[in-house]
Amino acid sequence: MNLRRLAAVAKKECLHILRDPRSLYISIALPMMLLLLYGYALTLDVDRVPMVIWDQSETTESRELISRFTGSRYFTAQSFVSSYKEIEHSIDTRQALAALIIPTEFAQLLGGGEPTPVQLIVDGTDANTATLALGYAQVVALIYSQEIILQKVRQLRGQVLTVPLDVRARAWFNPDLESKNYIIPGLIAVIMMVISALLTSLTVAREWETGTMEQLISTPVKGPELITGKLIPYIFLGLLDVLLAVLMGEYLFHVPLRGNVALLFTMATVFLAGSMSLGMMISIVTKSQMVASQAAIVVTFLPSFLLSGFIFAISNMPTVIQWGTYLIPARYFITLLKGIYLKGIGLEVLALEAVLLVLFGVIVVLLANYKFKRKLV
Amino acid sequence: MHSSNPRNIAVSVHNLSKQFDGFTAVDRINFEVKKGEIFGFLGPNGAGKSTTIRMLCGILPPTSGEGKVAGLDIHTQREQIKWQIGYMSQKFSLYEDLTVEENINFYSGIYQIEEDTLRRRKEWVIEMAGLQRHRGSLTRVLSGGWRQRLALGCALLHEPSILFLDEPTSGVDPISRRQFWDLIYELTGRGVTVFVTTHYMDEAEYCDRLGMIYDGKLVALGTPEELKKEFMKETVLEVSCEQPMKAMAVIQNLAAVKEVTLFGNHLHAVVPDARTAHKAIQLVLSENAIKLSRLEKISPALEDVFVSLIEAQGKATATGGEGA
Amino acid sequence: MSAIRAEGLTKRFGDVTAVDQLSLEVAEGEIFGLVGPDGAGKTTTMRLLTGIMDASSGDGWVFGRSVIRESEAIKDDIGYMSQRFGLYHDLTVLENIRFYADIYGVPRRQCEQKIDELLELSNLAPFKDRRAGNLSGGMKQKLGLSCALIHTPRVLFLDEPTNGVDPLYRREFWRILYQLQRQKVTVFVSTAYLDEAERCFRVGFLHEGKLIACDTPANIKKLLNGQVLELRFSNARQAAALLREDRPESSVGLFGDRVHMLTQDPERDLNQARSVVAKSHLELLSSRVIDPGLEDVFISVLKKDAGGTHAFE
Repeated sequence: MNLRRLAAVAKKECLHILRDPRSLYISIALPMMLLLLYGYALTLDVDRVPMVIWDQSETTESRELISRFTGSRYFTAQSFVSSYKEIEHSIDTRQALAALIIPTEFAQLLGGGEPTPVQLIVDGTDANTATLALGYAQVVALIYSQEIILQKVRQLRGQVLTVPLDVRARAWFNPDLESKNYIIPGLIAVIMMVISALLTSLTVAREWETGTMEQLISTPVKGPELITGKLIPYIFLGLLDVLLAVLMGEYLFHVPLRGNVALLFTMATVFLAGSMSLGMMISIVTKSQMVASQAAIVVTFLPSFLLSGFIFAISNMPTVIQWGTYLIPARYFITLLKGIYLKGIGLEVLALEAVLLVLFGVIVVLLANYKFKRKLV
Repeated sequence: MHSSNPRNIAVSVHNLSKQFDGFTAVDRINFEVKKGEIFGFLGPNGAGKSTTIRMLCGILPPTSGEGKVAGLDIHTQREQIKWQIGYMSQKFSLYEDLTVEENINFYSGIYQIEEDTLRRRKEWVIEMAGLQRHRGSLTRVLSGGWRQRLALGCALLHEPSILFLDEPTSGVDPISRRQFWDLIYELTGRGVTVFVTTHYMDEAEYCDRLGMIYDGKLVALGTPEELKKEFMKETVLEVSCEQPMKAMAVIQNLAAVKEVTLFGNHLHAVVPDARTAHKAIQLVLSENAIKLSRLEKISPALEDVFVSLIEAQGKATATGGEGA
Repeated sequence: MSAIRAEGLTKRFGDVTAVDQLSLEVAEGEIFGLVGPDGAGKTTTMRLLTGIMDASSGDGWVFGRSVIRESEAIKDDIGYMSQRFGLYHDLTVLENIRFYADIYGVPRRQCEQKIDELLELSNLAPFKDRRAGNLSGGMKQKLGLSCALIHTPRVLFLDEPTNGVDPLYRREFWRILYQLQRQKVTVFVSTAYLDEAERCFRVGFLHEGKLIACDTPANIKKLLNGQVLELRFSNARQAAALLREDRPESSVGLFGDRVHMLTQDPERDLNQARSVVAKSHLELLSSRVIDPGLEDVFISVLKKDAGGTHAFE
């Protein structure tokens, strides 16, 4: 490897990047935009489910129940209605996702100690939200029932009772169970995977298309010099993206960064080298900018999105697919990022992931060099 | 130029100009092309040839000036013009992954040619291009000459009255070029007007009339003979001798010789005074033991005219600038 | 030692043989022209000889080193300019040259001097900060040449360098080539222009992948059986058509405003030509026997192979 040639290629590639507004846009604005869009849209929390209420009872007891629902942060009273027709209409038009119906005899039955039916309707077309809303509703109802039971017992026995089991759940590393705290680090990994492969997928193919590759082949420049030289400016560009993403995470999404920043950037460098070499390899194999960029998106986006553990837990996948996830570098990077971000842990715990990430990088770099032939066919 | 009967005029432009962001690509040019004429449009790269052709074909609106093609106004009747003209560029707009026949069918579709006319036109194109044995071949595998003739055929499917050719023979071998020009003559014999740009000065000689454009301005206009008389003030001596390369080097240094160039296997010496130069060349060649077989005054080639014209326009070597 | 040598060099693409058993030798300091029609295999030959493409069989040598087994070793000796010049359009003239200087590892002390020299040679100095994409065709070609020369190669391979370039630039380009030749650089140039081929010391005619002739222009012309009569008429085009009609078997070619006629007996044929055109009221302006040009040879040799000749016949 000749350093001067390496530097020459890197410098030339820098000039290409700086002089092509399109690639600069892809490399800087696009990741920011994706992070913004997905960061806000991809929230998995169910907050303030709009609810319509049909209070047929209109008693102190029914109002108490309603205030239990609307007082929690999970539901908001969208409006009060007085027929099923109205409920249907609100759910059809998606003004409400849930409806609470309190029967006329609610207070009576409650007072008489009978099982008191309360109807809850949720919009099942959004299964995820429906499940969560149902769960919340049940908890709200349960707590209210408990209180009523306790109250009754107290009235009967004249003494204070406590609930025998008091589960004090606490979600570590993410006490408020805010999904953005684990979505943002994962999202950074997925976006960087796609962007970095996309960026480098154009570089070698462009040289084939403009005929400069034929010229380069006739010179003493070696494959590794060309590939590494091309990688260097892009890795810096990628690190700039990671920096911007981290800043956005900090100041826009308020995701706490508990771990070591240096470690985060070191791992990002390794990850970028791997995913960028992957893009480079696609470029080398396809020799066409259009095919290469499409292939880069297909190869990186879906696997990183679906199989990296970003959205779906790997442990819940069928075994065969679980093995498959080891091929996806985003998997390691996401684990690393989440670990560094939320748990604040370091290499002592994440060593395996780090090693696998390095291994991936090395394999792809070697493969890209192997695939690059300095001959015309 | 005296404009004769306007009915005999295929193309006429008056003070035609085109500016791109303050850069003047074509600067108030005036000329007329008669029906059935081959009009050659010459000039160095970036002089404004393609811009002019595009304006005449209705692809590019002019900045100012008037122009008529087949009696239609290039400002207001650009769509109608497209039906009257055929256009073929040096890139041969053929689909390489389609066969010969599929390409013809495609262009017939574009020009909405009727079914029964199509059959006749298709046979004509295939025969003209000499592609009888290759009608099912992919265009990609055809040689340059064949592709060029097929592209010409496609540009002629709708039987246009004016044909615009933008460097049609670029990168085609000499034999194909000759065959191509035979076709062009055949077409003008049938009354088609041909407007052609070229780099090859020997081809320029085949044109009935020529316009030379430099830096967006029309610097010369006339038949090849007229141009040679009008613009070549110096004499051209043709030197046939052994070792032409060495001879060129020694003749170049003579004070009596303005310029010397290799033309095929002999030299053309551009000289202000034939008699002095004649003696000087004879002397210097014998001094250098180069056998001279012939030294005579010839009528200049168009290339001599072209070069001397452009050099007269100044900065001969600095003809840079964007391709127009 | 010859600068370039090829022995049975063959390249097949599937069942198409692009270069077929090509053997040739080019001496050091020669300007060698590879001439042939489109698709004859010129570009493939260039690529084989520069070692950027592997031959199917046979071998080639540049200064005694095999282009197949030692394709790396020859790279410092050769400069290559492909048809597309290999320039980065978003880089300036100077940045392009500097890039190739670094790639070839031109010593830094010599580098600036060499760059000045090349800018002077190619007259590109006033445009050194212009982006390559904004240069005219002729200037791109000269920049491509400068990049190929930055490491002072001993052999220069140029693939159709003057294609689509106007006569002014072609002249200038050849002026540069002669200058290089005087510095003992061997030049291997392919072209479809036969007048350019005349400027080479030796010429190889490539046709359908085969080298059908390889010699000095003068010797190649001896292949021509007969003499060439150059005629000028009041209408050359029409006269040529008449003469062809009159003698379909003979070789009549139009060269600009002149008609060339291959003849065994100039006297007799001149008289006949005069009487043929007189019937159509054309005038013979001048006539002379000239040394044949390569194009005369090319046309007479390849006439039969050229496919459908006159489509309207």
